[in-house]
Amino acid sequence: MNSLSQTRAIVLNTFREAVRDRVLYNLIAFALILIASALLFGEISIGIQKTILINVGLSSISIFGLLISIFLGIGLVYKEMEKRSLYALLSKPIRRHQFIVGKFLGLNFTLLVNTAFMSAGLWAALYYLTRQFEPQDQFLWVAIYFILLSLSLVTALCLFFSCFATPVLSAIFTLLVYIIGNFSADIRTFGELTQNNLLKGLTTFLYYLLPNFSDFNIAAWVSHGKAVAPRLILLNTLYTLIYGGILVAASALIFSRKDLK
Amino acid sequence: MSKDYSVGFWRKRPFRALHQLSLQIERGEVFGFLGPNGAGKTTTLKLLTGLIFPTEGTATILGHPVGEPETFLHMGYLPEQPYFYDYLTAEELLDYFARFFPLPPAERKRRRDTVLEQVGLAEFRHRPLRKFSKGMLQRVGIAQAVLHGPEIVLLDEPMSGLDPVGRREVRDLILQLKAEGKTVFFSTHILSDAEALCDRVAVLNRGRLVGVGRISELVEPRTGYEVVLECSSPEALPKLEALATKPLFASGGQCRLEIPEQRLPELLTLCQGGGLRLISLNPVRFSLEDYFVEVLRGADANRPPASTP
Repeated sequence: MNSLSQTRAIVLNTFREAVRDRVLYNLIAFALILIASALLFGEISIGIQKTILINVGLSSISIFGLLISIFLGIGLVYKEMEKRSLYALLSKPIRRHQFIVGKFLGLNFTLLVNTAFMSAGLWAALYYLTRQFEPQDQFLWVAIYFILLSLSLVTALCLFFSCFATPVLSAIFTLLVYIIGNFSADIRTFGELTQNNLLKGLTTFLYYLLPNFSDFNIAAWVSHGKAVAPRLILLNTLYTLIYGGILVAASALIFSRKDLK
Repeated sequence: MSKDYSVGFWRKRPFRALHQLSLQIERGEVFGFLGPNGAGKTTTLKLLTGLIFPTEGTATILGHPVGEPETFLHMGYLPEQPYFYDYLTAEELLDYFARFFPLPPAERKRRRDTVLEQVGLAEFRHRPLRKFSKGMLQRVGIAQAVLHGPEIVLLDEPMSGLDPVGRREVRDLILQLKAEGKTVFFSTHILSDAEALCDRVAVLNRGRLVGVGRISELVEPRTGYEVVLECSSPEALPKLEALATKPLFASGGQCRLEIPEQRLPELLTLCQGGGLRLISLNPVRFSLEDYFVEVLRGADANRPPASTP
């Protein structure tokens, strides 16, 4: 029995569930409208239209991607447990960790497709504004790739929390970790400045425990046409693989031992 | 097997949902699992499908431990009040589930079409499940349970939510599975269904097994009579009461009672004594329902503890 093809079936069904949900289209449409409106913001700020467009565009992709990943992520496991659609699925010859991995990859695939749509909107807006692409525009791809990596981590967090918490709590936990994770460099700096050893220990612990989302945000950097170091691409990729892998493995472990009452 | 759940918000304490259940189901039999609501029927079925884990004990199906992928290759399960992905059509759902079995695409399609025909949903195959009635969902549930041609089928309340026609169809389906040599284990509280279908039944109450056996053993040896008498002397009533299996019903100078077969000569002797006139005497069969009520009463009288100390 090929467990890869079984997991692929779960991935595709997760994707199918997302694309048959109208909320998803509303979010994408809203993101595209926001990107288009960035062109108007540019009109009133002569000389930096392009910077504003890229900043607003990347932020839109990031925020709406975050909304989609939290909105769909918190229900990934919980909804199936609550509605008991899991019972019939788990009485098929699969292992529980395949379900977790399939659900995670399915949502990542959904996010990839959504981000592709939103990115196409951004590229179209950029072309409309400048009528040409410059060599440094290629780093826009890196910024979008980093957004995808951070969304993948958000999905893993949602999945992890939804294995033991209700959707509302999972959403709150994920959002809190995301917000704190965007300021993790500040947390470390704060720890270095304080004289209190306990506080120093706590901030160091939090810095290493929580995902560091600030390294994924290079919108400001890219919007000024600056290059991105290949080392950062490699490190961010490895970081996502390791951190996300641990979260998915922990989710699978919790879920494999869970009584489905 | 036993199963404890944790209950309580602040101070968790164990609640025993199933207490040392020991059962053996033979191949090819239709086995009914009876009990009132909350008896532990669904808990048992979930233990057998690996959806929950036992606090103590183990179970095997065809020699395989429960909950293992290789066990599910030979086993189908219909959950209680099944719910499926409502964004899929019946055909898509069955196709999705079929992908978890080692079936080539052509065979997958053939099986899907066969079971859709079997449960009478072929004409609704392209309709999204969100537009299905409860009875139709129950049929989809049965279709997905038998999709891969399992040797063992576990059905949790398969008749619930069905209209009389639907119930009849499910009964026919269970009989068809039996004719194909499959083992069917189903829980129900509709006793007439169990009586019509099962080779053996087990009765569960408050998590404990209170009776198990062949229906023929449970029901056949216990026959009796329903007697209607005209009773002109009130002093005869206590004597009649002593013969009856159930409280007698007396009204307007007549009384109605049920007596076991072996006490018929005593009744006839009483009638000869005067003050009583026999109006009718009808044989009654001790039904599964009577058995069910009797064992549950007996179990309640013994008052088994609902939770562990």
